[in-house]
Amino acid sequence: MTDDHDSVYDGLLGEDDSHWAFGTSFEDPLAGVDTTIPDGADPATLATYCLMLGDDALVYSHRLSQWASNAPDLEDDIALANTALDLLGQARLLLARAAAADPSAVPAMPEGSPVPAEDSLAFFRDEPAFRNLRFVEPENGDFAVTIARLLVFSTYRLALLERLASSSDPVLSAIAAKGVKEVAYHRTYAGRWFVTLAQGTPESRRRLEAALPLVWRHHDELFATHPVEADAAAQGVGVDPAGLAGEVGAVLDQVLATAGVERPEVPSAGPVAGGRGRDGRHTEHLSRLLAEMQSVARAHPRGQW
Amino acid sequence: MTVTDPAPDAAAAELQEQFDAVIARHDRVEPRDWMPEKYRATLVRQIAQHAHSEIIGMQPEGNWITRAPSLRRKATLLAKVQDEAGHGLYLYSAAETLGASRGELTEKLISGKQKYSSIFNYPTLSYADVGTIGWLVDGAAICNQVPLCRTSYGPYGRSMIRICKEESFHQRQGYELLMTMMRGTDEQRAMVQESVDRFWWPALMMFGPPDADSPNTAQSMAWGIKRDTNDDLRQKFVDMSVPQAERLGVTLPDPDLRWNAERGAHDFGQPDWDEFMAVVKGGGPCNAERIAHRKRAHDDGAWVREAASAFAAKGA
Repeated sequence: MTDDHDSVYDGLLGEDDSHWAFGTSFEDPLAGVDTTIPDGADPATLATYCLMLGDDALVYSHRLSQWASNAPDLEDDIALANTALDLLGQARLLLARAAAADPSAVPAMPEGSPVPAEDSLAFFRDEPAFRNLRFVEPENGDFAVTIARLLVFSTYRLALLERLASSSDPVLSAIAAKGVKEVAYHRTYAGRWFVTLAQGTPESRRRLEAALPLVWRHHDELFATHPVEADAAAQGVGVDPAGLAGEVGAVLDQVLATAGVERPEVPSAGPVAGGRGRDGRHTEHLSRLLAEMQSVARAHPRGQW
Repeated sequence: MTVTDPAPDAAAAELQEQFDAVIARHDRVEPRDWMPEKYRATLVRQIAQHAHSEIIGMQPEGNWITRAPSLRRKATLLAKVQDEAGHGLYLYSAAETLGASRGELTEKLISGKQKYSSIFNYPTLSYADVGTIGWLVDGAAICNQVPLCRTSYGPYGRSMIRICKEESFHQRQGYELLMTMMRGTDEQRAMVQESVDRFWWPALMMFGPPDADSPNTAQSMAWGIKRDTNDDLRQKFVDMSVPQAERLGVTLPDPDLRWNAERGAHDFGQPDWDEFMAVVKGGGPCNAERIAHRKRAHDDGAWVREAASAFAAKGA
């Protein structure tokens, strides 16, 4: 063994930055990608559609990241952080795609502000401008609630991304193709735990059965097509979520059957003044989540991070 | 027929001789090798303390994951906290090769029978602390840990090689965050300086008490578990940090800090060792919170771990 390890500290002031894991300064996640709008697609529709899928990933990533240092075991701390990181990566690409498609979707910043578009969208939009499903907003609850929510969400998102991989927008198509591999792992992880909790101990089964109705209240909203989603699908860039219900239902029924758990029969959470998450009408959880998430960025609108 | 152990004293002496020869050759001791019981106990104590430090260390930085001010920083920080969980895992596995299980060590952490690095008993009060912890705390940890890559116990040394590589990423990311903030607004620069002011002395304490007051150092060095003294490592850390602080544009809060041409090293002041001892004994700003957090997470997860064991036992 040599003393080569000693150089890790001495090398701090070196000029070679190539091996820094996340780069050394902000880089547009879509740098070098052709972001031309495909024929037949409306830029505003494409941008709003990207915000919808991006906000789902951003808000849910934020929730899952709250498991860091809180999980039942180290392996799950790592797996949940990994899931949160994958979704955060998807959110960054989707928000950047939204900004490139329609710059007017990005909140105006003070002159000279160095805040990049993805961060303006994440940290300087107010709650009604967030287009995520209400499904991803509630507090994590216990591990059973987290697993039940992750199972449903990842099953839905995997079906969605598999179809989105053939979007006429090459950027969305590439984002989806990458995401499919990630979300397939999330679904496997959640599915395994779901069955384990269902068949582990009476306590774990009791908790799982208590978790399901909480999660299922927002289940139907996943498949309620918003006009922007309908337009995006008609233009060939997006996916109509109503068309996913059959496949997602079949996968969930299979997991439920393996686990020996009944599909919960609960009333769906209704709309607010006719609107749901995709319309910018959210649960009471989102404003607190955003207040926390946006606090440092908003205190320093000219800050560099 | 009764088989008697032929001359047990002679056999023990031979094993001790073989062990001493391995240490003298700077070779590795491996899990199946014979080792003196005190060597094993010292290693378990040190590896456990190190593993606990990684796990408790997730909290002060995890405190800022939900408030990271850019998506890139959020990803960097979350990945870093995730790496710390991974380091904890490698180290608990290394301790397992010595017969100490993760569950047993976690109980000892929660009950206060085993320690973790005192630095994590200080709070993180601004986003700059994420950078400062990377630069100074991970930097000090690297100074402590790099020599451990050559430690005499094989599984520990191999874990440390991997951990040191990842720690050096973290340190660079932390330093780069501070550099970026120093190019930002006046408020951000003030935030960095304030953070460095708070963490400098606790970082120096990370090397442990002065050699004269460090009772375990001599035996650990003789066994090849520890390779440098506390004061030597502290000096090395100060000498490396001074030019980095200059490049960053912050001052280090030590009026006695100056270059000594004769020694070819920096002279510097001593941390408040009374404060250090108070923090070690539980009187730091966050000792109770750190353990309570760990205990809560562990207790809350008990039913999940039990479910996993029960499910596995069913052979499903």
